[in-house]
Amino acid sequence: MTAMAETLALRADRPFWRRNLGTTIALYLVLVLGSLVFVYPFLWMIATSLRSLAGVGSSGASVVPHEFLWDNYRRAVTSFPFWRYTLNSVLTTLIPIVGTVFSCSLAGFAFARLRVRFAGVLFAVVLATMLLPGEVTMVPQFMLFNNFGMVDTLYPLILPAFFGSPFYIFLFRQFFARMPAELADAAVVDGCGWFKMFLLVYLPLARPAVVAVSILLFMGYWNNFLGPAIYINSDHWKTLPLALAGFQSVNGTDTPLLMATSVLITAPCLLIFFVAQKQITNGITFTGGK
Amino acid sequence: MNPTVGWIRDLAASWGVPAALVPLVPFLLLLIVLYAVIGLAAYGARRRWPRADRTIAFWLFVSPWLIGFALFTVGPMASSVYVSLTSWDLITPPKFVGLANYTEALQDPRVGQALKVTLLYALISVPLQTALAFLVALLLNSDVPGMRVFRTVWYLPSLVSGVAQMVLFLWVFNPQYGLMNDVLARFGIQGPGWFNDASWALPTVILMSLWTVGGAMVIYLAGLKDVPPNLYEAAALDGAGPVRQFWHVTLPQMSPIILFNALTGIIGSLQIFTQGFIANGGPKDSLLFFVYYLYDNAFQNFRMGYASALAWILFAVILALTAVTLRGSAFAVYYETELNRSKRRRG
Repeated sequence: MTAMAETLALRADRPFWRRNLGTTIALYLVLVLGSLVFVYPFLWMIATSLRSLAGVGSSGASVVPHEFLWDNYRRAVTSFPFWRYTLNSVLTTLIPIVGTVFSCSLAGFAFARLRVRFAGVLFAVVLATMLLPGEVTMVPQFMLFNNFGMVDTLYPLILPAFFGSPFYIFLFRQFFARMPAELADAAVVDGCGWFKMFLLVYLPLARPAVVAVSILLFMGYWNNFLGPAIYINSDHWKTLPLALAGFQSVNGTDTPLLMATSVLITAPCLLIFFVAQKQITNGITFTGGK
Repeated sequence: MNPTVGWIRDLAASWGVPAALVPLVPFLLLLIVLYAVIGLAAYGARRRWPRADRTIAFWLFVSPWLIGFALFTVGPMASSVYVSLTSWDLITPPKFVGLANYTEALQDPRVGQALKVTLLYALISVPLQTALAFLVALLLNSDVPGMRVFRTVWYLPSLVSGVAQMVLFLWVFNPQYGLMNDVLARFGIQGPGWFNDASWALPTVILMSLWTVGGAMVIYLAGLKDVPPNLYEAAALDGAGPVRQFWHVTLPQMSPIILFNALTGIIGSLQIFTQGFIANGGPKDSLLFFVYYLYDNAFQNFRMGYASALAWILFAVILALTAVTLRGSAFAVYYETELNRSKRRRG
């Protein structure tokens, strides 16, 4: 008991900000000032998206909303085929998420639970390709899809997802490896095949990993720019980020319109963040190399 | 397009396959053939070695990745070596030119500029980002009331995507109407031209990159929570104050995470593209990031051979920088090995 009391006393002693009021105030001051700097451009984006063009010029750095010009948002969705782009973005986000989660969890499960000959060597290859920058294969991959006649379609942005991605294979392997081995034994006794065991026993238990990976993938695919910039030429297949980039170069001076469009593109990410804040934090955490 | 692929597509179209699905047909056919072969092989193996179900399952389960690895990585890389030795505009057949693309790249002043801009960006922004993210994580690790709100606020900017972020910051840093120069003007400072000024464009992108340190910060925050409290207790018993606890406990414990983040940060920063694209390379090529120049050569000028050579140069640079980082950090990173752990238990 005394040892525990001692530990508790030491722990209570550790946080320096409890030592005196001065440090606490200083800490808060730094936090508030820093947060202000960080969130300010964000608020400015929202404030500007609700202003008139004249209002943008006169209010400068202010984020105080003088006017609420919701019409900017109406213009954002009507002045270019916004819904078409949204559909393309949704297609190139949701389908790849399903593909990546399935292929990576399957491979991750195999690497974690079916330790056969050469599995170790193969896993080393997976890890090595993690370091390979996609830009190196960017040009030849384009030629491949060109050979398949898939340039200027959404397929090059969707199909590769079904063939696994080393990083997420690694994440799933780590997750499955931490599950108790008795699970597999129980399933074997039940006469389950390996695939059934994966689908009915392991995958449901890996739900936290699936959710976290899906959210990370959503942010990645939704905001993907290089892929669409390479493969998409015609207006019909543009995704939202590509459309916004084109929009910027055409309507570069219509700030409120640009900001409204930016807010709309960011909105799904914000929504997911506020709904699944905890899973995001978990997800980012277990990608952090621990 | 490959002639066989064209033939299959025509066939599919004449059979009434919807136009949007026609491009998919040849690829799907290839996959079906591939998996028919794999399935047959698995079936045969199963009959021959009934007890090898584990091995068969393993290879089946990793087969999507293996196929993807062959199709999207090994194959393209091999063909990239060849293409980098040719002159090819995608329309006329490739013409073998030997090492001409590489010698041209070495003499191309824009390659030099692209390397300079990209390396400067990586070498300045990554240490700054790492330091800032770590510092913020240390601050946010205190459990004073309201910390959750602060964490959310610091993470929020990371949700603004590459393009939206760049569009936003083009306006934040607009010399006439922008947020930044208006704030500076209130302090009586005449702000610079930011993105419009060749000598300011790169520092502006670096400054902008600091806005999204939230992602790394969350990782550090989780790492800080995992530092065993008994280490702090032991340090405190030995008379170490907060500063020495930081140097001798926090930093060594966090060093593997910092290394991992710095490494992925370096690789990521060498791949920077969107900012260069939206700024059109910046004034006087001041934002001519390497991947943007590569993209420009491949997909705007259709110089596939030259772009492939550039890709290999980028690969060499990334490999070299990774190796240097790993070697340079070997002495500074503390790994919690079994040996260390048992030593601690005994000691």
